[in-house]
Amino acid sequence: MRQVAIYGKGGIGKSTTTQNLTAGLGEMGKNIMIVGCDPKADSTRLILGGLAQKTVLDTLREEGEDIDLELIMKRGFADIRCVESGGPEPGVGCAGRGIITSINLLEQLGAYTDDLDYVFYDVLGDVVCGGFAMPIREGKAQEIYIVASGEMMALYAANNISKGIQKYASTGGVRLGGIICNSRKVDGEAELVAAFAKELGSQMIHFVPRDNMVQRAEINKKTVIDYDPTANQADEYRALAQKIDGNDMFVIPKPMKQERLEELLMEHGILDI
Amino acid sequence: MKEMNRVLDHYNSKVYKNRKEHMVAVGNNDNNNEILANVRTIPGIITQRGCCYAGCKGVVLGPIKDAFIITHGPIGCAYYSWGTRRHKAKKGEGEDNYLQYCFSTDLQESDIVFGGEKKLKQSIEEAMDLFHPHTIFICSTCPVGLIGDDIHAVAKWAEKEYGIKCIAFSCEGYKGVSQSAGHHIANNQLMKYVIGEGDREITNKYSLNLLGEYNIGGDGWEVERLLKRIGYEVISTFTGGSSMDDLKNSHQANLSLVQCHRSINYIAELIETKYGIPWMKINFIGVEGTIKSLRDIAKYFNDPALTARTEAVIADELDFIEQDIEYYKSKLKGKTAAIYVGGSRAHHYQFLLNDFGVRTILAGYEFGHREEYEGREVLPFIKPDADSKNIESITVEPDPKKYHLYLSEEDINKLKEEKLIGYYGGMVKDMKNGTYMVDDLNHFETEEFLKILKPDIFFSGIKDKFVAQKAGVLSRQLHSYDYSGPYSCFRGAVNFARDIAMGIYTPAWSYVKAPWKAAPILEGTVGGEEAC
Repeated sequence: MRQVAIYGKGGIGKSTTTQNLTAGLGEMGKNIMIVGCDPKADSTRLILGGLAQKTVLDTLREEGEDIDLELIMKRGFADIRCVESGGPEPGVGCAGRGIITSINLLEQLGAYTDDLDYVFYDVLGDVVCGGFAMPIREGKAQEIYIVASGEMMALYAANNISKGIQKYASTGGVRLGGIICNSRKVDGEAELVAAFAKELGSQMIHFVPRDNMVQRAEINKKTVIDYDPTANQADEYRALAQKIDGNDMFVIPKPMKQERLEELLMEHGILDI
Repeated sequence: MKEMNRVLDHYNSKVYKNRKEHMVAVGNNDNNNEILANVRTIPGIITQRGCCYAGCKGVVLGPIKDAFIITHGPIGCAYYSWGTRRHKAKKGEGEDNYLQYCFSTDLQESDIVFGGEKKLKQSIEEAMDLFHPHTIFICSTCPVGLIGDDIHAVAKWAEKEYGIKCIAFSCEGYKGVSQSAGHHIANNQLMKYVIGEGDREITNKYSLNLLGEYNIGGDGWEVERLLKRIGYEVISTFTGGSSMDDLKNSHQANLSLVQCHRSINYIAELIETKYGIPWMKINFIGVEGTIKSLRDIAKYFNDPALTARTEAVIADELDFIEQDIEYYKSKLKGKTAAIYVGGSRAHHYQFLLNDFGVRTILAGYEFGHREEYEGREVLPFIKPDADSKNIESITVEPDPKKYHLYLSEEDINKLKEEKLIGYYGGMVKDMKNGTYMVDDLNHFETEEFLKILKPDIFFSGIKDKFVAQKAGVLSRQLHSYDYSGPYSCFRGAVNFARDIAMGIYTPAWSYVKAPWKAAPILEGTVGGEEAC
């Protein structure tokens, strides 16, 4: 079982990429579980066709400790199992603690069955506190992909996340599998992200071009592969799925100092715009 | 000096450098007995200090008998602060007394994740249904600070919903370097929301506030009995045995007496600024201390009749205890003591021990600041650090309606010059050359000093008393008095001497020898050979 965590700056398209990617893996016949680690609980809506199942934490709150796994785990496109950790409403409580609680509970309930090929964790925004680092701590995800674009703030965030990975790499054995470039149509984007990934000691595993097809599929509460299997964009996600399935480059990232990161951005002309 | 170095020599250079500043060989140093206090304990050292919540809820708020205190957090903090401090109170006619209770929101994992405000409101609803309190305090513990529950908004809601007084105290345990931060937080809120609200009619002009007296083992009652005998009216005691109504009327007194300077000096000063009531540092622990305090108070009110009455009561009280004092003096004279407690008690009890000829050879505070060691004259030289700046420092203006002066400003200034009011000299001036002051004395240093200085008695608290006892040294708790008391004033002195004499002449602990000191308690082999 490969456990994979997807990180990246807020709004970069982590949930969209994760679901389209897992649809590709699902099409290949893999057994997959997605664990949404975002209090908004919107990490699995494309796979489930909009059906928002009860979140782990809501169920825990209402039912107490005696929880039926079926209640919180639903199967969607390509039989992908979907779980939403859930969390408090904005501004109250502790979402980070919620993720820790919910992953522990999933383990206790036996959600991690041996027939699974992949478990994907879709984690909210930056790694703001220990709770959001839960999926990459001891015994959880071993590989991480960071979704980024050629935009400056996305790369800042990616660099920052690499620092978190570096910290847990020494204790938990987690490794960076690569950067997924989710294009924003920035000039020289592919080159910049590839250079950035190389500097980290990693790779740009795939360049996902910008295509309105993604939005069209989303409006229909579907992944691209589900909505229009013949579309070009569907092939892009299939390619990403292939590359991840065959990936053998797992590294401890070497995050850059602020100065070096800015230098890199300048080399690729982003600051001229 | 030599003894101190023998303790310090065990430390590595970094710890040595830090701890050295916390130790003073009194009269045997070249920096005027300066000490480092009220700073962070080095991680890893077994300190005996308490937390911010302990200082706020446990010390200052806990003794208020009719305030319904809800500890907002997981159950441990509430449970372990339940009834441990022996602050007593009598339930008056028509009054509530919640001291024997323990209330907590008992936060669970899902409350931490989803926020605890809902449960806090629920707890207040329950409290209102079951007990109908007129005052609720909310004291938050560490996790509440981390998840950011807005307890102050809940307090406002409760006031509006039920028409009660509800005050929130953000006294999460991790704040500050010791329980001292909690005292400050409690002081601030009591000043903001309680003091000055009462309109009880006060007819006695010899009216007092007794600040920093928490009525441990009935100490406050004994002080009050004495003051009443002389003709004073004690309007409020902060906070031992007091009701909310007492505290609300404290602005009407003509003098504030300060027993524990550390925990209440904020209120003492703020009351003076806002209501014109000067404060006087007194000490009702020890016979001589009590006599001096009573005479100082009489001097302030400056009435020949009151002064005569004071002397008559002193003479009568002395007469009552004279025989006992002589007896216990004969038993205790020449003994030595080490005291490690509080932010004022380690000073006060030196007077009481002195009454019986017991010499204090080592004294220190858990949470005192430099002024409790060296006197308020060092205040301008204390640089506020990040930890102390973290706790809000409130300022007040004179209240146009309630500001009142008992003495003329000229007389007040004169008394201030004489250091009779508005001054505390700290412990060092009452310590003899050759003795030691040690701040934040830790577990290791306790063991070492006991071995080196060999005091007959070690006064401390529940956390460290067993270290001493297991070393065969008599130990008494000066936080809770080990189920005894009162120890204050004339008659309390006798209680104290009786307890100490009992301990010294039944030295049970020194007869106990640990089994492993005489013979090995483990048998085993190493590599097939017999080891021991």
